[in-house]
Amino acid sequence: MLDLKGYGPALLDGAVVTIELAFLSLTLALILGLVGASAKLSGSRVAVAIATSYTTLIRGVPDLVMMLLFYYGGQVMVNNLSDMIYNSYGYDFFFQFDPFISGVVTIGLIFGAYMTETFRGAFLAVESGQIEAARAYGFSRFHTFRRIILPQMLRHALPGLGNNWQVLLKTTALVSIIGLTDMVRVAEEAAKAERMPFHFFIPVAFVYLSLTACSELFIRWLDKRANVGVVRGN
Amino acid sequence: MPEFLNELLSGNDIFVGSTIMEYWGGLVTTVQLVFLSLILGLILAVPLAIMRTSKNPLINFPVWLYTYLFRGTPLLIQLYIIYYGIAQIHGIQQTFWWDIFREAFYPALLAFTLNTAAYTTEIIRGAIVATPNGEIEAGKAYGMSWALRMRRIILPSAARRAVQAYSNEVIFMLHASAIASVVTLVDLTGAARNIYSRFYAPFDAFIFVALIYMVLTFALVFTFRKLENHLLRHQRPVSN
Repeated sequence: MLDLKGYGPALLDGAVVTIELAFLSLTLALILGLVGASAKLSGSRVAVAIATSYTTLIRGVPDLVMMLLFYYGGQVMVNNLSDMIYNSYGYDFFFQFDPFISGVVTIGLIFGAYMTETFRGAFLAVESGQIEAARAYGFSRFHTFRRIILPQMLRHALPGLGNNWQVLLKTTALVSIIGLTDMVRVAEEAAKAERMPFHFFIPVAFVYLSLTACSELFIRWLDKRANVGVVRGN
Repeated sequence: MPEFLNELLSGNDIFVGSTIMEYWGGLVTTVQLVFLSLILGLILAVPLAIMRTSKNPLINFPVWLYTYLFRGTPLLIQLYIIYYGIAQIHGIQQTFWWDIFREAFYPALLAFTLNTAAYTTEIIRGAIVATPNGEIEAGKAYGMSWALRMRRIILPSAARRAVQAYSNEVIFMLHASAIASVVTLVDLTGAARNIYSRFYAPFDAFIFVALIYMVLTFALVFTFRKLENHLLRHQRPVSN
């Protein structure tokens, strides 16, 4: 049996941190992606410009650089903000911008940009006749979105969404660099202390592998479910 | 340091000549690392992709396993395993390999090469599999051998289809190379981290480096778009 030299519980805690981080940033990314895609398709010039510069900016900068910026810069920003509030309102508040939050914010922002592109493509894949039919029935814009566009576009978004999720899962490893004790961090410390790099990193690699494999199965199942109504040609 | 740069930077506390030179050194390291790993990865990926499309499971399976392992785990872990692991290989410190792998550059290069080779293999495999059957049949009908078909028909045609996905991989690699800074390499991100810790100025240090990465990224995007237009010239819609 694998002997983890007493680092087993810490590694398990780290795995929980990784999974929490991944799900929270996924939530943020999905919200940002929906907002971004709606903005890109809204036709309003300001909204399109904002969404386009958001996605362009994110795609030009490495995730680690962005994470370091948020981690080191985030606290400065929060401190400046709290100073400003204290000076003008006399209300004292302190907020610790810890590695977990900077991780969630960074990963959420980055994948929000990718989700924006995925959702944009999926929205465009919904037939315009469907939307026209809904409008003809007197559906409001919101109602059309919720009842007609959203359910149909999810089917088209699913493959891209699945890819983004797999990449996101692997990106969470970066938070170990900014000092969050996730799986990778624990493994690194253990490997250094025990001088056994293979012994600790390979099991962690397999945890990532099993996470990606499980999500692949889940996404395949979802895809099958979402496409029940579609007859595929051979 | 050129004179005009000194004048330009006068009255600036952080971006003095020495800082700029540190960023420059980082840029050189990043470009070397990314360029070499991409070239080596591509050289590895072409034969691997051909093996991956083989119907013989003994050839196909090992390559599948390799790409699955390297695509399913974070690059950071691969880098750590190689960087920390190489020193632990028994007896390596007595061989000439130790002189090479003692520096952080080569373990990082090895990790990046293996990683990008795995992704590129799958990209090329996808392109090979998508070759229209008619093209292969035509090659066969002309009496071309397997090797000739591969060289004259399948690979050139697959290369065209792979370019777009490959350009994404190149940009991914440029961005992923930022993690080289965690194994003591002073690449662009490493330079930014040093400068941050010297001046405690996160915004100046990191936003500047983000801009450099952005320029590099968009230069790559532009180059690949040109290349794509060039390669797919024959498919361009006729303009009126």
